[in-house]
Amino acid sequence: MIRMVHVLVLVYVAVTGLSSLSARAQTPDGLLAAIASEAKSADPSFRAFSPERGARFYAQTHGKELSCASCHSTDPAAPGRHAKSGKSIQALAPAANADRFTDAAKVGKWFKRNCSDVLDRVCTPQEKGDLLAYLITIRK
Amino acid sequence: MSPYHLDLSRMLAVVLLLSVFVSAARAEDDDDEDEKRTPVATNALWKAECGSCHVAFPPRLLPAASWRAVMNGLDKHFGTDASLDAAETREIGAFLEQNAGRERRSSFGKPLLRITETRWFIREHDEVPSSTWKNPKVKNAANCAACHTQAENGDYRERNIRVPK
Repeated sequence: MIRMVHVLVLVYVAVTGLSSLSARAQTPDGLLAAIASEAKSADPSFRAFSPERGARFYAQTHGKELSCASCHSTDPAAPGRHAKSGKSIQALAPAANADRFTDAAKVGKWFKRNCSDVLDRVCTPQEKGDLLAYLITIRK
Repeated sequence: MSPYHLDLSRMLAVVLLLSVFVSAARAEDDDDEDEKRTPVATNALWKAECGSCHVAFPPRLLPAASWRAVMNGLDKHFGTDASLDAAETREIGAFLEQNAGRERRSSFGKPLLRITETRWFIREHDEVPSSTWKNPKVKNAANCAACHTQAENGDYRERNIRVPK
C-alpha cells in the first residue's frame, strides 16, 4: 500500500513537472535544439547548423521576388517593413526583440507562410536551423 | 431632514449635474464628423492574426460573403501565404461574418475581396490626389495607417487623418 502511494506521488511529480516545463516560455536556444533533433531525424548525416549559411539564406532570393530581408530589413536587428502592405514589422533578431522565437507554434506558423512566399516550398530543418543560428548570433 | 441626508442629496445633485455636462461634451465631440461612431467590434485573435501584415481591417467594411471567400483562400492571400490552422480560421471567420457589413447589390456575382474596390471606399477617397497614393510613405492603398493615424485602434475619424507629405 505504502509503495503504491509512493508510486502515485512520483507519477504526480513527474506529470506536474512536465506540464510546468511545457507551460514555460520557450527560448531561441531551446527552439534551435528542437530543430536540431528534427534535422537529425530527417537526415542521419546531419552535423551542425551554420550561422554563415543562415546569413546567406536570409539575404538572398530563392527564385522568387522576395527574400527574408525584403520585409525584415537587411539588418535583422532593425525594424522591417512589409514589402507589399508597407506595415512596419518589429525586429526579428532576439537580441533586438525579446519576444522573437519564444513560441514554437508561432515560429512554426511563420516558417510555413514565409517559406512558401520566399521559396515556394517548405523549408528544410537544416535551412530553419541555419537561419535561427544566424539570428541568435546577431548583437544589437 | 438630518444634516446627513442634506449632504447626501447635495452630493447627488452635484453628481447628476456633472454627468449632464459630461454627456453634453461627448455629444459635441461626436457631431463634428459625418461618420457614424459605431462601437468597434474586436476579437483578440482577429487583431493578432489579421493585424500582423496589415492593419486588421474592420469587419464591417466587407459583406459576409466576401469574408467567407477571403477566409477560404488564406493560403493564397493577395499573393502571400497567410494560412491559419482550422480552429483559428473558424474563430476569425465567425467574428468577421457576425460583424460584416451589409450585402450590397453590386456584390452580386463574385464577392468583392478588396475593400479598396468597394464603392464605399472609392467614394470616401475620391478627393485623395494620385500623388498621395504614389507617396512611398503610403505605398499601398491597404496601408490605412499611413494617413489614418489611429487605424490600429479601429479609429478612422477625419480628425485623426494626417496625410504624409
